Order: sequence, then C-alpha cells, then structure tokens
Amino acid sequence: MSIRHALLALLSEGPKYGLQLREEFEARTGEVWPLNVGQVYTTLQRLERDGFVESDDEADSGAQKGFRITAGGAEELAQWLRMPPDLGSPPRDELVIKVLIAVRLPDVDVHEVIQTHRRYLVELMQQWTHLKEEEGDLDMGLALVVDAELFRLDSVVRWLDAADGRLKRAALDPPAAVSAPAGPQIRRRAGVRR
Amino acid sequence: MTGVLEMRSVSRTYLDGSDEVHALREVDLQVEAGKMVAVMGPSGSGKSTLLTIAGALETPTAGDVIVAGHSLSAMSRDDRSRLRRRSIGYVFQDFNLLPGLTAAENVALPLELDGLSAGKARAAGLRALEELGLADKASRFPDQLSGGERQRVAIARAVVGDHRLLLADEPTGALDTANGEAVMRLILSACKNGVGAVVVTHDAQLASWADRVVFIRDGRIVDHTAPRLGPDSLLAGEAAR
Repeated sequence: MSIRHALLALLSEGPKYGLQLREEFEARTGEVWPLNVGQVYTTLQRLERDGFVESDDEADSGAQKGFRITAGGAEELAQWLRMPPDLGSPPRDELVIKVLIAVRLPDVDVHEVIQTHRRYLVELMQQWTHLKEEEGDLDMGLALVVDAELFRLDSVVRWLDAADGRLKRAALDPPAAVSAPAGPQIRRRAGVRR
Repeated sequence: MTGVLEMRSVSRTYLDGSDEVHALREVDLQVEAGKMVAVMGPSGSGKSTLLTIAGALETPTAGDVIVAGHSLSAMSRDDRSRLRRRSIGYVFQDFNLLPGLTAAENVALPLELDGLSAGKARAAGLRALEELGLADKASRFPDQLSGGERQRVAIARAVVGDHRLLLADEPTGALDTANGEAVMRLILSACKNGVGAVVVTHDAQLASWADRVVFIRDGRIVDHTAPRLGPDSLLAGEAAR
C-alpha cells in the first residue's frame, strides 16, 4: 500500500491538514488500513523534500499545518496510477513453498495440508462476504476492498484445488516430469521476486 | 433451532460394469431452519449425488434421510413425492424452467401439482415473484428473460408455498458476478425467513455466503469450517505500510 501516493491523491482534491489526511485516508479505505499520525507526517516531510507537496510557511508545525499538492506532485500521482504493479515475476509465496515441501516429505499427507489451508481461506472469505451481506451500509471504498480480497483469496483456493487435482492424478499415473527439475531456460525466465 | 434436513450415515453405491462406485460414503449432515450450508468439492466428489438424495430424488444404498422431521426410508413412494412437492425446492445451474409457461405459471406449478386451485396457486406465485422484485416479469416466458431473471424465477419457484428446504446445485454457474451475488442474496433472504438451504458448489466465493461450509472428497465429508466469525476480526487487522 503506497501511503505516499494515497496522500497525494487526497491533496489533489485541495489543501488539507495532517490530521485531516489521516482521517480521510482511513475513511476512504473502509478503515481496513489503520494509519498512525507519525506515518502521515514522515511521509509528508518526504513528499515536501521531493517537491511534490508544499506546506504553509506561516503556520507552526503540528496538527494545524496545511499541505497542498504541487504540479510535480500531480504529475507523479498521474504516473503512479497508470504504472503496472510488479506482477511479472512470481512472488516467493509462503503457501506455494509449504505445498512444494509437503509433496517431498514422505510422512506428510499433502492433501491434508492443502485442505487445512483451503479451510482457513474459505473461513476468511466467509468473514469478508459477511461484510457484503449488509451492502446498504457498505461504502464504495470498503466494497471495492472486499471484492479485491475475495477475488485474491478465491484465486489461492483455486490454485490449491488445481494442485490437489494434479497431485491426485499424478499419484494414479506417475509422470516422469514430476521429479524432473525445470529446464534452465524456464528457470531463468521465471525470475522470482524476493 | 429445528432441523430441516438430517442425513445419517448415508452411502450410495453404483455398479459400473462389474466395478462398485462409491458415490457417497457414510455422510452425516444436519441443516437447521434459517441456515445455509455449502457443500464444496471438485467434480465427481459426490456433491450432486448428496443433493439428489437429500431432495428425495434418489434413494441411498444405506443410511437415512430425514426432511422436516419425516424419515424418507419409512415413507411410501407417493408420500415421498408429496413431501418433495410440499417441502423441498430445487434450484439448478440451468434454471430448469418450462419454456411453454410464463414466469408466474412456472412458479405456481408445484402448488398446482400439489392440488391447490389454479387461482390460489397463481396468487401465491405472483406474491413470490413480487418478493423477488420480478412482479413486472410475471407474464414473460423464460426466453424473454435474462439469465439473472430466469434464476430469480427459479428461486421464487423453489421457495413458493411452504417449502422448508432449498437445495441448489451451482446456482450461479452461468451468471456474471453481479447476478450471481443477487442470487446468493435471495437464497440468504429465504434462509432469514426460516428456510434451510444446501448449496453445492466448487466455487469458494459462492460457498463463502454460507453459515457453514463442508468439504466433500471422494464421497466423504472430510472437513468443515468453524462457526463464522464476525467481520470485526478483519477490520482490526493490518496496519498500512
């Protein structure tokens, strides 16, 4: 979560005080991401150092100091909104690693390990869906966050389902490829994020 | 809380040539009035067999099924059919509406089959459509409705009259996210009115609407979720980085 760009976005609506920025940040993200006031002021100082925001010179520091976005800040915000996040290389996913290790351990039932994680993920999804049940009370920011979480968790459950099925089929008809390491070309191309 | 469905050690075996196929193995499942239970599993795991046995459309090889307090194994075939018409509603992925009947006639059909006069059945059908926001579509034929509307008509048909148990097989399968969500809200609101529901699915987003999720693998119930926690546990969560 980029606090830096979230603050620029809030300032693009007009000048604001530090405390006000914190309150609006939390409200817009459905209060899913609590933010402490220290984080807000540290970030604002860095944005000012980089020329992306300006502060009131006459007011003393503290809660009453106002901030406004500069032309450079507006440009930075516009660029960030359109910049693709780093999804090009697979992250070092803890769950993937756990399943890969479970496959190799002789005394571990990998299907049981997969089911333990599947259950946990579905329980989490139930909690998010519960928020949607009261849609009338859900503000747009929170509704979008809830959808994003549900799709993210759902994709992990789908991966577990696919892994479960693949392992089951492989146990019935073991292919040679299961134990063969990935070729150097594939490994080189799939550079893993650290 | 009253139970609307209880499956006790239910097994179902088929013969495939000379091979025995165990579609269900000693399944125990309870569904209370007002609750939605999702049965989640991959294709071939036995979830559709579970639903057809729970709905008295198929008989188990062993074990017993109790619907609204009545043991199906102790009933005659006619009594089972009557119970099916009066107490159980079905929702399928492909809607299963009769193309030659209007929305209202489709919804009223189970009541008419159960001996209610055409006028009373139609009035009850219209009420059910009204509750689901479909009053203006009552005279439309299924091919004049969108996929989402057809599924809402199918849900109206499943909850019309005094149905206590709603059984749904991948009820949002062919629908987009918004329509799928609308369908789940309708099933949930039927539950709030006292219906017990079983939804079988392979889809975790769909299952997450349920009060309880049971996981089925190779005909066996292997796991279930813990009682649902409130959303507060999520919102206290992660600090921004």
